[in-house]
Amino acid sequence: MVTTTSPVKAESRDLNFYYNGGHKALKGITMPLYEKRITALIGPSGCGKSTFLRCFNRMHDLYPGNKYDGQIVMHPDNTNILDNGVDPIEVRMRISMVFQKPNPFPKSIYENVAYGLRVRGERSKRVVDDKVEEALKGAALWDEVKNRLHDLAFNLSGGQQQRLCIARALATDPEIMLFDEPTSALDPIATANIEELMSELRNKLTILVVTHNMQQAARVSDYTAYMYLGELIEYDDTDRIFTNPSRKETEDYITGKFG
Amino acid sequence: MTTQASVLENLAEVRAMIRKHKRNDFIFSIVGLLALMIGLLTLLTLFIDLVIDGYPRFNLDFLTNYPSRRAASAGLLSAWVGSLLVMLVTFFSAVPMGVAAGVYLEEYAPKNWFSDLIEINVTNLAGVPSIVYGLLALGLFVYGLNLGESILTAGLTLGLLILPIVIVTTRESIRGIPVSIREAAYAVGATKWQVVFHHVLHYSSGGILTGIIIGMARALGETAPIITIGALTFIAFLPPSPVSDVAPFINFEWLESGFTVLPIQMFNWLSRPDHAFHINAAATGALIIVVTLLMNGTAIWLRYRIRKNIKW
Repeated sequence: MVTTTSPVKAESRDLNFYYNGGHKALKGITMPLYEKRITALIGPSGCGKSTFLRCFNRMHDLYPGNKYDGQIVMHPDNTNILDNGVDPIEVRMRISMVFQKPNPFPKSIYENVAYGLRVRGERSKRVVDDKVEEALKGAALWDEVKNRLHDLAFNLSGGQQQRLCIARALATDPEIMLFDEPTSALDPIATANIEELMSELRNKLTILVVTHNMQQAARVSDYTAYMYLGELIEYDDTDRIFTNPSRKETEDYITGKFG
Repeated sequence: MTTQASVLENLAEVRAMIRKHKRNDFIFSIVGLLALMIGLLTLLTLFIDLVIDGYPRFNLDFLTNYPSRRAASAGLLSAWVGSLLVMLVTFFSAVPMGVAAGVYLEEYAPKNWFSDLIEINVTNLAGVPSIVYGLLALGLFVYGLNLGESILTAGLTLGLLILPIVIVTTRESIRGIPVSIREAAYAVGATKWQVVFHHVLHYSSGGILTGIIIGMARALGETAPIITIGALTFIAFLPPSPVSDVAPFINFEWLESGFTVLPIQMFNWLSRPDHAFHINAAATGALIIVVTLLMNGTAIWLRYRIRKNIKW
């Protein structure tokens, strides 16, 4: 899938993470995310892949007692987004996230997508209208909802709700988008839609996706990282990881001997 | 090997066992129903009794007349106006403070032994006898702050009384909002204030409103603290009107006025030897119950309306 090498968009450098209570959930993770590429994180439950993903938008800051140790550096500005001096809100304005279960607000479809812009203080109705339309088109939802933008988001199906959440994350033009097992609550058809959408989004932004489903990683990603017990075991081109992994542990997991 | 006989025998045993368990089910449902009926029927009997006793006073005059020495022409005007004005003060003192305190405790306060201590105390306050609030208010508002035996004092006292109810229900409604919704808002870059204001308060408004209305309904029927702070029992005038036809159209003199409220008027009539006044008391009691029921009904209806569009 990877044709040319791409610049590094962000890299984690020797990242350790401790949950409140001292449990060390990430152990010295060092890996790059390439610009406009999809990087997948795979590994058994509890291996730290979601924990790692949630470091990228400082979600752990919402709960007291969590501690980062190490760096995640964003390019081209070389900002260490884990630095105490960097406001997590600034980080979340640059890096958006799509969650495991669709979590639209109990508001209208329009207001869901517009929320990121409202938070940024955008008042012009024309700008918001345009951005909402653009984001919904980007999330392949526009045609299904354009005539009922002011309906409640809960009236959409599960797959549509998840695409709405992608539109919400897209509306603010993020540099990186995080996906935390985005299809685990969806049926196969909705899953296929989301995967197709991710491939399209690759033209616009950098994607990091946690997935429980190895086939999904193989289908959509350019790079794959295999994690186990908080460590990064192997990181390589997706094709390499799935056809010719260099580590025995990766091979065991890929082939289903374990996990 | 299972023979046909042993299968049949086994089946008979299973059936006997199920019959026994079903019997327990039945016994419990009867006991539960009885318990429910004793409570409900007692209240219903009381209410019907009040309605029958007070029936002769169910007319508009009863609401538009001042109290009088003659039972038949005595009315509730000063009492219901007093109740209304006191409720107004209670609402504006307890609601902003209670909601703000609830939001702070749930969203902002660090979770440690101190916030635990506050939590226990707030819950306890909700159970403090109302007469204690009356004594506190007598010392603090009437003598300490020199507010006198006024509508303001009564409103603040009842506000204090229902403050814990508002705080506790605010916290409970806020707690019902799923983590996933908060995270969704934070993830697009919202600040804590934006999350609270755009989402948390918005989605929990049904529950918070319910708490407020139930608190207000309780305040409406409170008698002991109002007597303690010295409400008048016979009052044949209205407080100055809050609105007037000359600029600035609104005035606050009524806050300093003496007053009476519905339960006190009822108490006053009830303690008279003349039976005719007991009819007035019964009518007042029925009125208080009806208003309380209406308020609680509104609370349930509002909660249903607001929750209807929200599914987590």
